[in-house]
Amino acid sequence: MSAFAAVLKRDLVLALRRKNEVITSVFFFVVVAALFPLGIGPEMNTLRLVGPGILWVGALLASMLSLGRMFAADYADGSLEQMALSPHSLSVLVASKILAHWILSGLPLVLLAPVLGLQFDLSANALWILTLSLLLGTPVLSLIGAVGAALTLGVRGGDVLLTLLVLPLYVPALVFGAGAVQAEISGLGASAHLSILSAMVLVAAVFSPWASAAALRVALES
Amino acid sequence: MIRKLFYFSSPQNFYPLAGKLWPLFACLATVLTVWGLWLGMFVAPTDVQQGEGYRIIYVHVPVSWMSMVIYLAMAFWALLGLTFNTRLSGMLTCALAPTGAIFAFLSLWTGALWGKPMWGTWWVWDARLTSELILFFLYLGFIALTSAIDDARRADKAGAILALVGALNVPVIYFSVKWWNTLHQGASVSLTKGSSMQQTMLEAMLIMAVAFWMYAIAMTLYRVRSIILIRERHSQWVADLPEVKALSLEARA
Repeated sequence: MSAFAAVLKRDLVLALRRKNEVITSVFFFVVVAALFPLGIGPEMNTLRLVGPGILWVGALLASMLSLGRMFAADYADGSLEQMALSPHSLSVLVASKILAHWILSGLPLVLLAPVLGLQFDLSANALWILTLSLLLGTPVLSLIGAVGAALTLGVRGGDVLLTLLVLPLYVPALVFGAGAVQAEISGLGASAHLSILSAMVLVAAVFSPWASAAALRVALES
Repeated sequence: MIRKLFYFSSPQNFYPLAGKLWPLFACLATVLTVWGLWLGMFVAPTDVQQGEGYRIIYVHVPVSWMSMVIYLAMAFWALLGLTFNTRLSGMLTCALAPTGAIFAFLSLWTGALWGKPMWGTWWVWDARLTSELILFFLYLGFIALTSAIDDARRADKAGAILALVGALNVPVIYFSVKWWNTLHQGASVSLTKGSSMQQTMLEAMLIMAVAFWMYAIAMTLYRVRSIILIRERHSQWVADLPEVKALSLEARA
């Protein structure tokens, strides 16, 4: 547990020393959300319909931007190898790194989403559900993304490859995340969608650190 | 029996076995395809609602089945490779992937050809179409990952982990898009309810399914032979193979 906290603290401190990387992906989210109305047109009825989906796809892409950095620096300077050699379980350390990634790239999106949702004229209820669905959904993105990041570590053209591997696996989170908001808007109620999202977080939290650690060991072997 | 299996898990021993087996499976595939297509195209009656256009299901349905079966087979070999650390498992996983990708692509294509006259549109965002498309992306991701890593052993292991993660995800993806939107007609063939199809049609479809299965096995064995040769090119037993010897003699002459 202390190792978990130590890695978490270290990752957060390192990221805060280089704030621009964190800010870039958040800013990316804001820009993408602003580009869609420009492309679609300012018709409010249309925007209200597509808003949840656009914000969710934006969150997906923004959290993916920073995935490549999850292990890259530690891999380059050898500290990842030290983590693998340490007596602590690598899965626990990886889980801590995933949590750090979520705090740095997922949480800001969750906090920003209601503000961006206003641009799409979402109702107060829908904004609330959007925030909640992102709060439950963005950890899934970090968890699944970690496996992809570990698999493409040190691989030629890894960043592009990462998107190809991870995006199809993001589909369920996207479907239920954006679906929750749509269901709320259409009056069906979002509780079923949110329950399924929570189930996904739990399942991903069990499997992902373990699979990522296995993938990291493969990357470190060669 | 177990000893026999482990004997063939060495690429050196598997290479001649695959060489003997693949023409057999290829012959079976050819014969069954001709038979199945003949049954499907000439013997089976015209469908009351869909006319002659329905006949594409004799390709479409078996191809879709195979695209899923091959992903399962990849996950199986991936699991085996990770647990027993056998080299051949990784080679088989790699050999299966292109065939699976082709089947997934053909399933989408034949589906579009069927959808245009029946639904009036090439593509709908329906659960099965969407999950087939995502399955196709998973295949492409696997091929891209394994071909981007130079070290063959690392490529195998990374690919194995990806295949397993994907296999866990396939049912989740399927149900998520199913609840998201559904227009596709219900499954015509199910094990529990029996089939809602006419006997000859069912027969033709099952024969085609077996034919594609044989084709997939033949292609995989053929491809795995090439992979074995590439990976083991520096070993003595490859240099001692009669076909390799003949080639090097030719090159010298």
